Amino acid sequence: MSVSGILIVIMAVLFACGVYAMLERSLTRVLIGFLLLGNAVNLLLLIVMGFPGAAPFHGAEGEVSDPLPPALMLTAIVITFAVSAFLLALIYRSWQLGRADIVPDDEADLEVRERGEAVEDELDDEVELEEADEEETTDFIGTGTTPLRVLHHRDIAGIRDDAPTDDRDGGRPR
Amino acid sequence: MSALVPLLVTLPLLGAAIALIAGRHRRTQIVVSIVTLTCVLVISAVLLVAVDVRGQPIAVSVGGWPIPFGIVLYVDGLAALLVLVSSIVLLAVLLYSVGQGAADGDDDTPVSIYHPTYLVLAAGIFNAFIAGDLFNLFVGFEILLVASYVLITLGGTSGRIRAGIVYIVVSLVSSVLFLASIAMVYAALGTVNMVQISQRMSELPQQTQLVLHVMLLLAFSIKAAVFPLSFWLPDSYPTAPAPVTAVFAGLLTKVGVYAIIRTETELFRDNEVNTLLLIVALLTMIVGVLGAVAQAEMKRILSFTLVSHIGYMVFGIAIATPAALGATTYYIVHHIVVQTTLFLAVGLIERRAGSTSILKVKGLMRAAPVIAVLYFIPAVNLGGLPPFSGFIGKFALFDAAAQIGTPLVMVLIIGGIVTSLLTLYALMRAWNLSFWRESDDDLSEPETEARVAYLGDSPQALVQTERRAIPRIMTGATVGMVAVTLALTVFAGPLYEVCSRIGAELLQPVSLVQLEQGAAK
Repeated sequence: MSVSGILIVIMAVLFACGVYAMLERSLTRVLIGFLLLGNAVNLLLLIVMGFPGAAPFHGAEGEVSDPLPPALMLTAIVITFAVSAFLLALIYRSWQLGRADIVPDDEADLEVRERGEAVEDELDDEVELEEADEEETTDFIGTGTTPLRVLHHRDIAGIRDDAPTDDRDGGRPR
Repeated sequence: MSALVPLLVTLPLLGAAIALIAGRHRRTQIVVSIVTLTCVLVISAVLLVAVDVRGQPIAVSVGGWPIPFGIVLYVDGLAALLVLVSSIVLLAVLLYSVGQGAADGDDDTPVSIYHPTYLVLAAGIFNAFIAGDLFNLFVGFEILLVASYVLITLGGTSGRIRAGIVYIVVSLVSSVLFLASIAMVYAALGTVNMVQISQRMSELPQQTQLVLHVMLLLAFSIKAAVFPLSFWLPDSYPTAPAPVTAVFAGLLTKVGVYAIIRTETELFRDNEVNTLLLIVALLTMIVGVLGAVAQAEMKRILSFTLVSHIGYMVFGIAIATPAALGATTYYIVHHIVVQTTLFLAVGLIERRAGSTSILKVKGLMRAAPVIAVLYFIPAVNLGGLPPFSGFIGKFALFDAAAQIGTPLVMVLIIGGIVTSLLTLYALMRAWNLSFWRESDDDLSEPETEARVAYLGDSPQALVQTERRAIPRIMTGATVGMVAVTLALTVFAGPLYEVCSRIGAELLQPVSLVQLEQGAAK
């Protein structure tokens, strides 16, 4: 069984060009790349068929060619055709909406990337839950003023605190 | 019995044709879709029972060609079970979307293609599950992919076009790869029938087998969103309408996983890449779930957990013992149902609160306690807390893995547990922030008057920001799905027995003679 070398080279070139074109951001090039790839695969199926012989199912004598790969190719061609039509419609719609056929970045992705500290904090702890609880607790950690106020003599000018105490150094008023 | 098999594909296609003709009559479309999917549901249940009782697959040669030459439809336990679960999910999501469409009052044209496309998608999924040769599998993939291209860009808003382009281009590359692999397989073996491939493959040198094996795995891994090839998924799924995302998340990746199972168990019996698959499974689990932790948008969180949980299935496939395959089958069933339910619940949240960002949504617990329950049960289930089906599936998987007990497998078990906990963390953080925070504004009054053309053709309808009343039928469909997830837990015993029988059956070689016998009956 001999296979045409030229076909193999053409297939390889089509694959290479197709992959290269599909890596672009421009949608039209992606479409062209896809068409090249589709043709490359169809060529591969043709190569797989092996040597070309007489038409099958026709009472042919001698070597007939394998009928299955052409059937596969026809199906593949129809599918490629339908998908390219859909891609064209998509490109048209994209052009209609954005006046460009470049694929933009995902906005949600950018949002995650540019998220600041504040948002991270909000995601990390349930701040509001804790605050809601704090108002009902009875210890006053972190609150500005305590409702109980202890008065000392220094706070009111009229009080003279000269009562004797048990201190060793003479019990002088402090 | 075998007359029922082709109906799985032809009925939805017929339904699609009728629905397309009846494009102006909403009610007719709805009735046709529901009746079609109900019929498929019944047929697949009958087939599952038949296959399970007989313990032998059913094969149908389409067009009456002798078996290795024509197209063969092949229903074994795995295919029948997956078709059954898919039809349940498709039916529930259809009801949900009917409720949504009826509430939004979109009787106009853009949505008239929704039902036909949905049915074509169903036909593609069923065809992929029951395909008996590689090329028919390819055709099944293409049917479901083309339908999904239409559904993901429904309405043609700029966000959906962008997301759709990413999805479509990646899928196209995978299709081209798949077709090229089929050509190579045909060049090497001269057949596309799976049973024949399986028999002839061992005659090839190991290196050739490896090339074919890796090519097919690459094509299927893109579909299944396995780690290095998974980045398209969280990028494209979240922008589609809620019911569409739900069905994609539940079913499309699983079709890829199903193809990987067939590749590993049937096509390449004596060519192993299990170590590679184990490493890839670990990376899929960990990287996926880390992505979920970083996100602040519920649909994106769910998309990332979807990727990460594909890792569990690949893990089970890579162990490749009957017990592991049984556990994988159970896990696939569990994951299809639970992931779809979660997306449906998030769709309800989006409708109620006008957003799915966990930074914006607040105070849902008080405003919508029913949605809270509908979110909480599947979330805990996905995270793998006992007694739910997620726990059973993961436990069975780790149990099967521990019986192998190599160091790499042990690392994977630890990775799986960590992933499970992180999934729980991501989902519970969303739960805490959006349900339990006090809200500033009053969510209890949904704004029913303000309506945007949600599926309409205005490009401004990019993001749905209005709060809208939730029709009963949407809640009802979600409640039904939650009930199915609970049923998976309650009836885990019998279901698990079926799954382990399937797991054992998968590793039995099928001969051509058996296939012919299966067709004769």
